Amino acid sequence: MATLNQTISDAQAHASLVRRNKNQDILIAGLGMLILVIAISTLLAMFLDLFITGLPRLQDPDFYLNFPSRKAEEAGILSAWVGTILVMIVTACISVPLGIAAGVYLEEYAGSNWVTDLIEINVTNLAGVPSIVYGLLALGLFIYAFGMSETVLVAGLVLSLLILPVIIVSTREAIRSIPEAYKEAAIGLGADQWQTTYSYILPAARPGIITGAIVGLSRAIGETAPLITIGALTYIAFLPNAPVSGDFPFINFDWVTSPFTVMPIQMFSWVSRPQAEFQINAAAAGVVLMVLTLMMNAIAIYIRYKVRRTD
Amino acid sequence: MTSFSKSTGMMKNLSSTATPVAAKRTHHAPPPASAGQQDTWLLEPTEDLRARISNLEFWYGDGTQAIQQLSMPLVDKRVTALIGPSGCGKSTFLRCLNRMHDLYKGVKYAGEITLMPENVNLIELDPMAVRLRVGMVFQKPNPFPKTIYENTIAGLRIRGIKKRAVLDEMAEKSLRQAALWDEVKDRLHQSALSLSGGQQQRLCIARALAVQPDILLLDEPTSALDPIATARIEDLLNELEGQVTILMVTHNMQQAARISNYTAYMYMGQLVEFNETDALFTRPKCQRTEDYISGRFG
Ligand SMILES: Nc1ncnc2c1ncn2[C@@H]1O[C@H](COP(=O)(O)OP(=O)(O)OP(=O)(O)O)[C@@H](O)[C@H]1O
Ligand SMILES: [Mg+2]
Repeated sequence: MATLNQTISDAQAHASLVRRNKNQDILIAGLGMLILVIAISTLLAMFLDLFITGLPRLQDPDFYLNFPSRKAEEAGILSAWVGTILVMIVTACISVPLGIAAGVYLEEYAGSNWVTDLIEINVTNLAGVPSIVYGLLALGLFIYAFGMSETVLVAGLVLSLLILPVIIVSTREAIRSIPEAYKEAAIGLGADQWQTTYSYILPAARPGIITGAIVGLSRAIGETAPLITIGALTYIAFLPNAPVSGDFPFINFDWVTSPFTVMPIQMFSWVSRPQAEFQINAAAAGVVLMVLTLMMNAIAIYIRYKVRRTD
Repeated sequence: MTSFSKSTGMMKNLSSTATPVAAKRTHHAPPPASAGQQDTWLLEPTEDLRARISNLEFWYGDGTQAIQQLSMPLVDKRVTALIGPSGCGKSTFLRCLNRMHDLYKGVKYAGEITLMPENVNLIELDPMAVRLRVGMVFQKPNPFPKTIYENTIAGLRIRGIKKRAVLDEMAEKSLRQAALWDEVKDRLHQSALSLSGGQQQRLCIARALAVQPDILLLDEPTSALDPIATARIEDLLNELEGQVTILMVTHNMQQAARISNYTAYMYMGQLVEFNETDALFTRPKCQRTEDYISGRFG
């Protein structure tokens, strides 16, 4: 007891306590910094390596405008980057609305019974299923059972399945983090559940939801395995029909049912070539893929900023 | 136990048929010889009522009974203060009146909350219909993360009003009513979160007033505010007297004395005493009320 009182009131003991806590802070901050530096520099080194290796091709405009070719110096990524963008558009159009709707339903509407619990457990576990399993599922379901072919639409569907759990879970988290007070304020004004959710909860949860969607789409843009499983081609020397044309009705959706390839598949096919020139192409394609991903993130940040300003 | 005054035999049989019989009583119950003789005391006001609560009981989802046999009148266009020690059920009671509890699972009500003059039982109405008529202001200011203007007219939007002119007019009117107009008229389209706590709370009051509620519930609206902001809100409530029926929870007895016409004292989920504010604070009828207001407990 005496020692305790002494410790509590002794100025010297206080000083050493303060010193110890300060040292602890310095240690933790230093450790965190170190880990951050290691992570960032690894990423930067990889990117720089790709960039330097791929530079000769990156500087060549033909690289972006040519179809793949057997000659490395003529081969381009036109069909791949167009395919990636188209597949990502389809994926986003399917997975984002569905994922948000499912998240809202589970969080705001579903009663708590065993069916909901079962769905919840499944959704959480699905987020960890290897992507090739989704590829097999899609092969069995969309290609064999439904008789669809390996089109942009099917690719979008597979990737949507793959990232739906991510979007659902992050939507739920985002909704759950909205203080109950918002909800009670809206309900207290006489709003019904849909008005409350749509006009008050979803806008407040938007940053979290958009982040979840981006994490999901960033995963989808780099996926190769499920698309190869459904039979995506590695060699596409044509573009899908343009969605806008001069003839009536001016807009068409033929591109949705067109065969496709995507950037990671193109990279994969080049990497597996023995010739060194194709390795340069692969590195250059890797840089373009990373830039595409960053651009997608930039668009999301812009949307987030924009919606916040108009509130 | 009955919630009515025990000393007057006349009232003993009221609890089951509170509304019709009680309505006949136009005079105050005879005052007892001295304070502390009564267990419970319920004044029968001579003014018009906006609502009458009869034998209200309420259970939370976990089975806790938070309100027992609560009966009291709510006088039309007057301010009624609700006081009592922490945990006695004031907030619970308030939230019964706009059916806010219905948001949560497993809650149960019994008894009647009769709205006058329509004579409908609020507990049997659809909760949403109730909330369209009974507004609420919470302890912590809770403006939406939108502009000041959008906050003010949120209730009107919910009711489907779209005409710009109407919205603008109502926004100005209710912001003026809430004594906030002069401070925000130049920044209506800035975020409500840029306001101070006291301004946010007045904005919440404006938001509640914009839909012209029959009854306005306030749960300790000034407990998070400094004395100046508190004084402004008290002035505002004083001005609203005669316009809106107000039921307000407060822990501050001076505040209750300053702004309310009637005061109800609750203890352990029950109503102990309901009286005109002056009478309750100067001549409490029940020992428990006297103990509480003289600071001997609670
Ligand atoms: N969600 C809940 N579930 C179960 N019991 C609850 C719940 N909320 C409150 N209670 C209980 O109901 C009783 C009344 O609580 P209430 O919040 O109405 O008190 P109060 O008078 O408003 O207190 P305070 O002055 O501290 O705000 C308390 O005993 C409390 O523990
Ligand atoms: Mg309370």
